Order: sequence, then C-alpha cells, then structure tokens
Amino acid sequence: MKINADTGRCVGAGMCALTVPGVFDQSDDDGTVVLLDPEPAESLREAVEQAVRLCPSGALSITP
Amino acid sequence: MTEAAPRLMTFPTARERPFDPPDELGRWQEETPVRRMTYPDGHEGWVVTGYAEARAILADPRFSTRPELLHSPFPQRPIRQEDLDRLPPGFFIRMDPPDHTRFRKLLTGQFTVRRMKLLEPRIAEIVADHLDTMERMGPPVDLVSSFALPIPSLVICELLGVPYGDRERFQRDSATLLNLETPVEESRAALDDLFDYLHDLVLRKKREPEDDLLSGLISADELTDREIAGMGLLLLIAGHETTANMLGLGTFALLTTPAQLAVMRDDPDSVENAVEELMRYLTVIHFGLIRAALEDVEIGDHLIHAGDSVLLSVPLANRDPERFADPTVLDVTRSAHGHLAFGHGVHQCLGQQLARAEMRIAYPALLRRFPGLRLAVPPEEVPMRTAMAIYGVHRLPVAW
Repeated sequence: MKINADTGRCVGAGMCALTVPGVFDQSDDDGTVVLLDPEPAESLREAVEQAVRLCPSGALSITP
Repeated sequence: MTEAAPRLMTFPTARERPFDPPDELGRWQEETPVRRMTYPDGHEGWVVTGYAEARAILADPRFSTRPELLHSPFPQRPIRQEDLDRLPPGFFIRMDPPDHTRFRKLLTGQFTVRRMKLLEPRIAEIVADHLDTMERMGPPVDLVSSFALPIPSLVICELLGVPYGDRERFQRDSATLLNLETPVEESRAALDDLFDYLHDLVLRKKREPEDDLLSGLISADELTDREIAGMGLLLLIAGHETTANMLGLGTFALLTTPAQLAVMRDDPDSVENAVEELMRYLTVIHFGLIRAALEDVEIGDHLIHAGDSVLLSVPLANRDPERFADPTVLDVTRSAHGHLAFGHGVHQCLGQQLARAEMRIAYPALLRRFPGLRLAVPPEEVPMRTAMAIYGVHRLPVAW
C-alpha cells in the first residue's frame, strides 16, 4: 500500500497524525500533512484507511 | 429528482429533554434526510438532517459560508447588511478559499497534534489547580464557574497571549454575542468592545513582543493589525466557549448515566472513545451550520439550486441511525469517530486537537478526584443554555 498526500488540499486538521502517529505527522510551519512512512506495513492498513476516511479535506488516498 | 413544495414552518429549537435535540427535528429526519423549508425571510431553503448528506455538503467547495450569501433560518437572528459590514477583518470562518486558506494556514502550524501534546503537562497542571481549589471550597460548588469555564479559558489565554486577568471583560462580551436573544444594539456593542480590546492588545504586543501566538502573528508580518485582532477575537471565543460547554454538559450527562461515568472514571483506555462519543451525543453546536450553494448541486434525490441556503442540523446528523447504531443512546465504549461535531471540510475546527487534549485530561481527572461526584440539585433544576449559540449548562451545582 502506498499513501498519496496532497498538501495543497490539506487544511491541517491533524486527524491523520492523531489516528496513525507513526505514519503521519504535520509540518511545524503550516500544519499540513507530512508522510513519515509513505509505504506502511500491511498490518497498519485498517488504521491508515481510517485516517483517509477521517481527513476533512480529502487530501489523502491509498494506492493498493 | 423530487421537487416537493417548500413548507412554511419554524425550525424547531425547543427541547423536551436536556440531552436530546427537539423531537420535532427527529420526526423531520425520519421523513427525509433533506427537506425544503421556507425561511423566516421568505427564502425557500433547505434543512439537512442526514449524516451522509451533511458530510457531503460540508466537504463540497460548491457550498459557501460567506454571510452575504446566506439566509438565516432562525427568526431570532436575521442576517442584516449592517452587521455584515461590522464583521471583523480576519474572521476567516466566514470566508471561502482562497481567502480562508490564507488566514487558516497562518494558524494551523500552531495547533498540530504534536504541539498540543507539548501542552498536555501544562493543561494537567491547570486542571489539578482547579480541582485543588474545588476541594478547598468544599461542596456544593458550581462546576461551570469553578472548572468547566476557567480551564479552557486559561489555556487559550496562555496560548494566544491574552491576559487572563481581563477575563471578566471578554467572557461577558462573548456570552452576550453568543446569546441569540441579545438585542441587536447590545450585540454590536459587545463585538466592538471585544474587537477594541484585542486591537489594543495587538498594538501593545507590537511594542513589547512576548512568546505567544499573537506576537508570532505580528512578527510573521503577513497581516494587518486589525486582521490579527479579528483572528484573535475568533480564537478567543472559539477557544473557551466550546470546550467549556462540553465539559459542563458532558459532566451533567455522565452524572445522569452512572454506568457510563464509571467506565470513563475507572478505565483509562476508555477516555479516547468516550470523548468522541460525548461530542457526538451532545453536539454543542446545536443550531447547526449554514451554507449557500454557489451552483446547482444534486444531493441524493434533490437538486439544490445556486443561491439556496442549507441548514445542516449537526446534532441530527450525529444521530442518524444510518451511520450510528442506537444513536439516541450514550455509549462511551462505541467508536464515534467521524462524528461531525467539529464540522467537516476545509472549515473543520482548527482547535480540535486542543479541545481533545483538554477533554481527555479534564474529564477523568475530575471523576477520579471526586469518585462520589453528584448533582447538588434535581436534574430538572439545572439551567440549560437553550438560547445560546453553543449549547450547555449555565450552572452545574455539584457535591461529592
């Protein structure tokens, strides 16, 4: 699984960093998403999918 | 595409029970998630009570939040041109992208999950101080004035760099502004007073910068003094009224469902889900959110025309049985993630991670310090904030 993050759409709400802190972080400058692990282990799939669903701006997607 | 005729009816705001939205709204939801309603000014708008529909509209850039495009569904608070002209500069919750983006981006770096984590020890200290004071005072105490309001108020003051000693002034102004029954002249005076207060503060910090958010915005040099004051006003109101009411109302709800209270008190692992569930169940933004369609948009079977106003009833969306099983039941063990109490889309609450940190620390600390916490008056005597933009309790007398 590969995560795609669109920092242009991101509004810095932090739902991804809250949901899977080992995979997502936020920039100190403007709070937008920073991918710590763009291709996380399969065991994290459920949590990552939850983060994608919770994102308020639709900035995240997963390529299987 | 159904085009049912709009019906003239008043949006129901009177509750039968303190924690449940008006029964009439529940009946509207049972009939249809999206319905027409003739607004008090004659506008033929919409009311949305479905979760999926409300979430879709909040995420859709074809819906605007600019006040000059909106019709008010509430007879108590029509939208007047002279009030729009008075909106402070920098009031970005009432802007669309790209204006909204420019302002919000200057703040998002200050409210990240990681930064809020760094604030946790200070929040815990503030919570403990207030619990100590309650203990010294002895029962009964009013939980709102001794705990629920001062904690978030002090936290947002320290973050922004607003002197907490001035709280009487800004708490009074903000309560006046959020009361839908405030006469319009008084409401304008409160807004002007609060803006002048923050503008003076910005000018003072310009001369003597400190280590706080307002000073940071000044040194970033991207905004005018008035814009910084307007943003400060927004953050100050949003930062203390919302969490304060969640803490007061949430404690009231827990005290009337002792089994739920016991779970939250005794199991530290329950706190994360419990906070989300309290937010879903109580949804203190009880009048909902308003948007206006910028172009024709299909939502389900309905065609919402450009220019139509749409009231999204967030409390009902958060109790949509299609999304949450047994939605009228408070169950702190469920996963209520995805609730819309912080909104959704580009305007989703900027301070939500701060609010979460405050609630995750304050609720269990209160329940553990006073394991015998109870209401000091019969529940029906607790005064509810029915006319306030943010729902909650005016006072909550408790004993232990």
